[in-house]
Amino acid sequence: MQAFNLDLCELPPGVDILREEVRAFLFETLSSYPKTSRARSWMGFDAEFSSKLGDRGWLGMTWPEPYGKSCSSLERYVVIEELLAFGAPVAAHWIGERQSGPLILRFGSDKQQQKLLPGIASGKSFFCIGMSEPNSGSDLASINTQAKRAKGGWIVNGQKIWTTYAQKCHYMIALVRTSGSIEGRHGGLSQLIIDLRDPDVTVFPIRNMIGDEEFNEVKFDNVFVSDSMLVGEEGNGWQQVIAELAFERSGPDRFLSSYGLMVELIRILYETKDKHAEVAIGRLTAHLFTLRQMSLAVAAVLDEGGQPNIEATVIKDLGVAFEQLIPEIAHDLINVSPNILHGSDYEKSLAYIQQACVSFSLRGGTTEILRSIIAKGLGLR
Amino acid sequence: MSETSAILAETCNRLFSDLIKSETLRESELGVWPDLVWKKIEENGLLFAMVSESYGGSGVKWIDCFQIIYSSGYYSVPVPLVETIICSWFLSQYNKVPPKGIITFSGGGKPLDLSGSNNSYKVSGVIERVPWGSSANYVLAEAHNSNKQVYVLLDAKTSKNLKDKNIGREPRDSMTFDNVCPTIIVDYSERFMSNSLLVYAALARSVQMAGGASAVLDNCIIYSRDREQFGRPLAKFQAIQQQLAILAAEAAAAKISSQIACRAADLIDVSSGLEFEVAIAKIRAGESARLAASIGHQVHGAIGFTDEYMLHYLTRRLWSWRSEYGSESYWAQRMGKAVITGGADNLWADITARL
Repeated sequence: MQAFNLDLCELPPGVDILREEVRAFLFETLSSYPKTSRARSWMGFDAEFSSKLGDRGWLGMTWPEPYGKSCSSLERYVVIEELLAFGAPVAAHWIGERQSGPLILRFGSDKQQQKLLPGIASGKSFFCIGMSEPNSGSDLASINTQAKRAKGGWIVNGQKIWTTYAQKCHYMIALVRTSGSIEGRHGGLSQLIIDLRDPDVTVFPIRNMIGDEEFNEVKFDNVFVSDSMLVGEEGNGWQQVIAELAFERSGPDRFLSSYGLMVELIRILYETKDKHAEVAIGRLTAHLFTLRQMSLAVAAVLDEGGQPNIEATVIKDLGVAFEQLIPEIAHDLINVSPNILHGSDYEKSLAYIQQACVSFSLRGGTTEILRSIIAKGLGLR
Repeated sequence: MSETSAILAETCNRLFSDLIKSETLRESELGVWPDLVWKKIEENGLLFAMVSESYGGSGVKWIDCFQIIYSSGYYSVPVPLVETIICSWFLSQYNKVPPKGIITFSGGGKPLDLSGSNNSYKVSGVIERVPWGSSANYVLAEAHNSNKQVYVLLDAKTSKNLKDKNIGREPRDSMTFDNVCPTIIVDYSERFMSNSLLVYAALARSVQMAGGASAVLDNCIIYSRDREQFGRPLAKFQAIQQQLAILAAEAAAAKISSQIACRAADLIDVSSGLEFEVAIAKIRAGESARLAASIGHQVHGAIGFTDEYMLHYLTRRLWSWRSEYGSESYWAQRMGKAVITGGADNLWADITARL
């Protein structure tokens, strides 16, 4: 009778104060950050801003001491949703704080934790995700980057692609094949932490259709990775990746990517008496409110050590649909063709989101893959 | 889930899965009052679930009563269970002892006319689309005169009725009162102002839709595993899997949004803005209901369009509940207007300040 179990979650007492602190910090630090930059949401990259967040203790706050402050996932949630709702440039630390750190904390060795977590928590060490390859997109288990045994470690050959901000990151956690062949699928996969400053690693930015250089191609040409940089167990890479994806798919970043545009849209509707506009904004608000509560419910499950993989997938599926609906509604309500050079804040925000939003249902798993995961959860596969 | 919620969910599941068969629904839609269903519900103490203990009820909160209402939607329970629960609770909140029997409400539309003065008030007028108006013992409605606005409980025998039905073929009767003396009169309170019944009725329909959408999903899962085409079960086709994944996500959204509104109903009154959460629930559950009905039928093919098969008992109700007590666009306009006039930069603060 119940496919998914998401219990309503209540934010712990005291988060209001934390929320006000974050708002005050954003107001102080980013008061001149342009609205059109805010529309970029978590694609905005600013190493200095990330470092400031680290100074405030707002990165890795759920991690145990000495790396973090053992806060609950819900307190962290409050911080990240405030950052996203403001449109703060969080890309530099985003992946490391969201999933690489938690992965290292859960599966990594003491040494890895000591070496890497302080850098993530201080907002100075940046991570990227090494999953997709030129011939392995949705079919992640078919990856073919090889790590061969060598004295004291591994020799890695192959390439990763669509790696967001690899050109600015320090480390990649790469899913590689340490044994077996492509036919072996999920078996024989492992996760290695690769230092991107290694001279045998080359990173080529790939210009995207908006004209930005965010994602990259990363080539490994006999890159030596020491044993100490293997995350968790050899051959357990697939299970670890699945666990990582629950963090990747359920957060507020999966429904707030277009929020900056929604705000600018409401701003220009201020004096409207148009019934259709009111209806449309009411519907969007209902979606936003519901998604936030669903996402909070997943955060609560994660907090208790659960693995809400299917529920997280549901949130990304619904969240992305909402993010993609916003530019469509904007187009419906406001009769303007956006100019990208001297247009208003609204026009530039719309222009950016109109183009960027097609990637929202691709990154972090395509909608079709997500739905097949949900179908599996329903027992259909 | 609280212990109370778990007990209520289990009780309702056991009771309704046992009681509500296709014949029960078929007969009730033909106008036969399902007396056994009502008696069993009464015996199990569900009608007074939310009535405070001092008035003989169980004092269950909205968030726990969610389970009863959800279950009534899931099983298409063909009696005014939800209506009676709400009316009994409403009266007990005014320190009135709710009468035994079937109590329904008029949750919207034009109020009745109030005449007379202290101790001899009378009401006249028509209330429309009253759930099970002709089967009810009492009906709760609003009545106004130029300087007084009240809720009245009326003896249903005192009305002249015109029977009608919604798409779900649930009775939705027109009741005409001519100078009738109310059984109970209560003034507006801080808790219940004008249109309060509309808000609670919309909340109830949202929860019922969440239950109904979930039942459609379960039916689809069972059917698609069973039915074979091209030599394999429908469930093995990606096209079907993708549709059911959408349906599952929608059912989850309907459930959580209506649960939030129930939690809000425990904590805040209509006067302090409960309608925000209720609007969200009615919009979100209504959208889910639309998708659940259309995906449900698409997956079932022609058999789902037959009278014989059970699916339509769910889908016809989903369409009815969507439009009752404010459609999605009705609530969306109310909320959208508030959001736009509230100002773009205040929306986030407003959302995060909610419970």
